[in-house]
Amino acid sequence: MYYFGDPTIWLPFVFAGLMGASILIYVVLDGFDLGVGVLFPFANEDEKDRMIASIGPFWDANETWLVLAVGLLLVAFPSAHGAILTALYLPVAIMLIGLILRGVAFEFRAKAPAPHKRLWNNAFFTGSLMTSLSQGFMLGMYVMGLEWTWINVAFAMLTAVFLTVGYSFIGATWVIHKTSDALQIKAVEWAKGGIWGLVLGIGAISLATPFVSARIFDKWFSWPEAIYLSPLPILSALLVFWLWSMLRKMPYAGDRRSWQPFAAATALWVMAFGGMAYSFYPYVVPEQITIYEAASAPESLFIILIGTCVVLPTIMGYTVLSYVIFRGKATELRYD
Amino acid sequence: MELETLLLSRIQFAANISFHILFPTITIALGWVLLFFKLRYNRTGEERWMEAYRFWVKIFALSFAMGVVSGITMSFQFGTNWPGFMEKVGNIAGPLLAYEIMTAFFLEAVFLGIMLFGFSRVPNWVHTLATFLVAFGTMMSAFWIIVLNSWMHTPQGFEMIDGVAHATDWSAIIFNPSMPYRFTHMVLASFLTVSFLIAGVSAFRWLIGGRTEGVRVAMKTAIIAAAVLIPVQILVGDFHGLNTKEYQPAKVAAMEGNWETDTGVPLILFAIPDEEARENRFEIGIPKLASFILTHDWNGEVKGLNDFVTEDGEVLHPRVSPVFWSFRVMVGTGLLMLLVSWSATYMIMRRKRGIEGLPKPMLYGLVGMSFSGWLATLAGWYTTEIGRQPWLVQGVMTTKEAVADVPAPLVLSTLIAYLVVYAALLFAYIFVIFYLARKTARGEDIGTRIAPSPAAAPKAMPAE
Repeated sequence: MYYFGDPTIWLPFVFAGLMGASILIYVVLDGFDLGVGVLFPFANEDEKDRMIASIGPFWDANETWLVLAVGLLLVAFPSAHGAILTALYLPVAIMLIGLILRGVAFEFRAKAPAPHKRLWNNAFFTGSLMTSLSQGFMLGMYVMGLEWTWINVAFAMLTAVFLTVGYSFIGATWVIHKTSDALQIKAVEWAKGGIWGLVLGIGAISLATPFVSARIFDKWFSWPEAIYLSPLPILSALLVFWLWSMLRKMPYAGDRRSWQPFAAATALWVMAFGGMAYSFYPYVVPEQITIYEAASAPESLFIILIGTCVVLPTIMGYTVLSYVIFRGKATELRYD
Repeated sequence: MELETLLLSRIQFAANISFHILFPTITIALGWVLLFFKLRYNRTGEERWMEAYRFWVKIFALSFAMGVVSGITMSFQFGTNWPGFMEKVGNIAGPLLAYEIMTAFFLEAVFLGIMLFGFSRVPNWVHTLATFLVAFGTMMSAFWIIVLNSWMHTPQGFEMIDGVAHATDWSAIIFNPSMPYRFTHMVLASFLTVSFLIAGVSAFRWLIGGRTEGVRVAMKTAIIAAAVLIPVQILVGDFHGLNTKEYQPAKVAAMEGNWETDTGVPLILFAIPDEEARENRFEIGIPKLASFILTHDWNGEVKGLNDFVTEDGEVLHPRVSPVFWSFRVMVGTGLLMLLVSWSATYMIMRRKRGIEGLPKPMLYGLVGMSFSGWLATLAGWYTTEIGRQPWLVQGVMTTKEAVADVPAPLVLSTLIAYLVVYAALLFAYIFVIFYLARKTARGEDIGTRIAPSPAAAPKAMPAE
């Protein structure tokens, strides 16, 4: 425990890193399958089946990253977990009901009698939409410091829409990668329509964060930090430009580069997330509780860390394995 | 703290966790049953085992999804409604929950995809391995959460520093006194629930004409498993009760409806406990039997509820009626399970008649018992959880200390939303199980999950 210096310093830092990593993995992975759900109304019946098939083997594990993220918040920073979740009581409840609806709709739409399928398709869409909107809302409230004022709620409603469009964008890039023919062409259009949501969302949060807190403003706009940080916005802008020029020409002959929009979208997500993490560090509840104040006892964190070092690489390993097994274009999902 | 918020938060948590536990109760054991079907198939190459596998893996997938989504709700509820819990005992509960997520949730979730959709994509042994890992994952998940739950009943291996629990001995925390009993009791409950579910749904399929080899083999496996496990469960339940008597005597007193500490205490079969007057009305009991069961001595001393009221009148025992009644529902259901499974086994074994030996009333009875495991499991959990009140962690913190100061109307409105969703889903779940049963009984294929795209296969099957 004392190998790396004071455990009350490095353990909270490591756990903040782990939690950040799970949130990031979650928003990318569940982001794309939530996005597929949000795009549901724009697809016809056959396309819906193929869209479901493209996320069917993955969604459950994708959602587990949310459980890990909130679990790490719970176990590593218990007082922050309480403070954040009681402040976000209502959006959390809406998100949970959304997650319930879409999660079970996966199974029910495939098993219920044909006339009920429409109902479950609607449940899948509604659930995905509720989840995306409430997550965007929570993001906005978090950025604004978790205070329920009119201006904050208005901002949070804006981020709710942006995150939802952002999810549908990354969902569309996933569909581009996993499908072909007419649906793929459709997905390219969806992606072209959705990219603005991502850009506006990242822009809104990047602009709002420094103005909410002078501390964050100083972190970004003081010399020489501004220089060290400049690659972040520049690279993001380049990525957006690259994505746009690529999407305009898609699909390429022989399905070349079909994975690249998804990869570029993921890279954008990582940039945006990195920027946010830099802004808020060392706070876990914005401007109120730092990760060092909220952290659990070192001996408890240490015993979790031992397990994490063994288990997390294993999880990564078999997650990759499952993506490899179900690689390629989505085909019908068969139990046998 | 408003009283309404506490009560509503308790109801909300109870609603969420009651809904949630229905599905793990099925998946914990059904995973192993599926592995059994798969291994029999690998061994014998007989199609009937695979037929049983293919039907029940769908119920598994459905139950698993229900369990996952309702479980996510649980992980948020700690923070939204019970922040005091993690603030006080987070150092103990945290690592246990973290291990559950890391060693169980990901394992189940990832290999479930391969188990459900990978049969034609991976070698057979990988598919069997995936089935094993999913079953193992559900078991691990049950293990960790039962460790935490048991620790809340019989906390050990910690010290309090400035009002916060700190772990001192992890093996004492994990192997706390009630854990082995509770874990065994729950796993057996799961196997019994699944046995009666398989027997009931198979009997239903048999009755409506789906008399395939797969139905036959599933029903026989389930009935015999139930008959073997129910006496074991009754025995384990007894041991669990003795353990509770040692560590949580107030709970046992409430289960027995016993107000006064006494020797030669009767076993009360029926009574209406009166919390105000602190006595039972309309009591019917068997003399001295409670003493005998709890102390294995006809004149043994059994503690009564009145011992758990402090001198200034604070009541440190649970409300009696819910504990008293849910205990009786559990035991009654268990005894009915014993009766039904043993008679059904006798009918099957008699002159080796197999499933044909089961008369119609028995088949109807089995259908009626399809969800008896749920009833017994819920009643058992109510007994133990309400029985722990007013404590959240026995002797360490009360439930009242942990609740969040959320406005009562907010708790109420979300509670109503959850209840509506849960009621609808429960209805849909049971409906779809019997729909799939009817569909297979008509000989229709339920193997295809999603209709093939017209391009891939011109003769598209009707979408399910």
